[in-house]
Amino acid sequence: MSVLIDNSDLFVEGLRGTVSLTVAAALLAIALGTALAACRVSPVPSLRGPAAFFVNVMQNLPLTLLFFLIVFGLPRVQVRGLSYWQLAVLTLGLYTSAFICEVLRSGINTVAAGQAEAARSLGMNFSQNLRLVILPQAVRSVVGPIGSTLIALTKNTSVATAFSVTELTGVASDLNEEGAAVAGLFGVAICYLVLILFMSYGFERLERKVAFAR
Amino acid sequence: MSTSVLFDAPGPKARLRNNILTVIGAIFVAGLLYVVISRLAEAGQFERRRWEWLEYEQIQRNLLDGLVATLKAFFISAVLAIVLGFALAIGRLSPNRWVRTPSTSFVTVFRALPVVVLMFIPYLAAKPLIGQSVPLLYAVVFGLVLYNGSVLAEVFRAGVLAVPKGQSEAASAIGLTRGQTLRLVLLPQAVRSMLPTIISQLVVVLKDTALGFVIGYQELLYKGGEVARTPRFGLPYIPVAIVLGLIYIALCSVLSATAHLVERRTGARVKPMTAFAETVATEETPPEVVLED
Repeated sequence: MSVLIDNSDLFVEGLRGTVSLTVAAALLAIALGTALAACRVSPVPSLRGPAAFFVNVMQNLPLTLLFFLIVFGLPRVQVRGLSYWQLAVLTLGLYTSAFICEVLRSGINTVAAGQAEAARSLGMNFSQNLRLVILPQAVRSVVGPIGSTLIALTKNTSVATAFSVTELTGVASDLNEEGAAVAGLFGVAICYLVLILFMSYGFERLERKVAFAR
Repeated sequence: MSTSVLFDAPGPKARLRNNILTVIGAIFVAGLLYVVISRLAEAGQFERRRWEWLEYEQIQRNLLDGLVATLKAFFISAVLAIVLGFALAIGRLSPNRWVRTPSTSFVTVFRALPVVVLMFIPYLAAKPLIGQSVPLLYAVVFGLVLYNGSVLAEVFRAGVLAVPKGQSEAASAIGLTRGQTLRLVLLPQAVRSMLPTIISQLVVVLKDTALGFVIGYQELLYKGGEVARTPRFGLPYIPVAIVLGLIYIALCSVLSATAHLVERRTGARVKPMTAFAETVATEETPPEVVLED
């Protein structure tokens, strides 16, 4: 136990790394994922096709391989000056955006067709329809799945430890070198548990708060 | 298209607008592709020497070894995860609190931990705990089985809970015990309706074998990394990633295609979303089926 207290600064630093990676990648993923979802439901085939292709590739590629491609590959095409942290955010953001896109798309599809038809018969145009009728319902029904996706993202940040980013999982290796592997792993596991269970509790509450009767 | 309710069938104006947007979109995508490809070409990523490694027999054999290691980890983990998932699902459905609570905690804990951390447990802690290090394959399998077993337990449980209540009532009416009901009536139907979800989870297992790279398990990505670090081939990180990516996508696509095939063959698919929603709703009270004994 004293090992954990003596190294609490390591844990704090690791937690900060994990949280900062999660937040930055989540923002990137939500922005990009929303754009991708908009492309996938749009009436424009030249955007629909490529967006679907991107999503499929991302969903079938191991995250580790994507890290490998971006962290080692970008410097080979003269993209330099990005820190390991930024590269990791880029990787995690791209990877997660595909999952966010699919969640949003299925959210739009769960809104009953009658809602959109009713809105149209009231004379609303596409943007009014989407803004006033579809999206308010779709967003509420995707809160839970988006939460699961972001929780998965938090866990996925642990892969960054193999690519020179300071985060929580790396603390276990650091403490292993000091001969305190068991205590280190225990501490890391507790930190993840607290973080993840806290997140899932928060999203569950949020989901219940925005729930509506259908 | 399922989203066609969003807009009316386009009239002449809308068709013109859509066509213009299509052209603009195509130009945008083509521009993006051009930037990527010209960037790759400028950096000489399409040069022959960076792809030469594909022709070396020794390298082909190494990559094949890596592929075999990947598939080995996948098959062992998949089988063990399904077994563990069954055991945990049955545990979670048990009327006995001393069985139910530990199963529930187990699932909660191991679903909340990253697979890398789970792989680190045997990788780092085996030496201090049992006095010797374990083969890396075991560490990879350990992580994949605990995590995916816990996820599959939830899938199986959701499947059992989604079976109509009349089924278990009919089973008790003809005098089946609780175990028989579960074994003969509920699980066969649950597995059938959950098969596509189970196979999608197996795709996750396959993808996650690449996490073995983090602890140095010599799977496909690790072997690819060895090739990519060779200066003789001009450090072909990008060509290696492209080739390996195609292999992974092919493997995953085969599994996903199976899932779709199964989905079509079995007809009705219990949507995991609704099934899980029901799980959440009945989280605290044990389901009806197990109370009657």
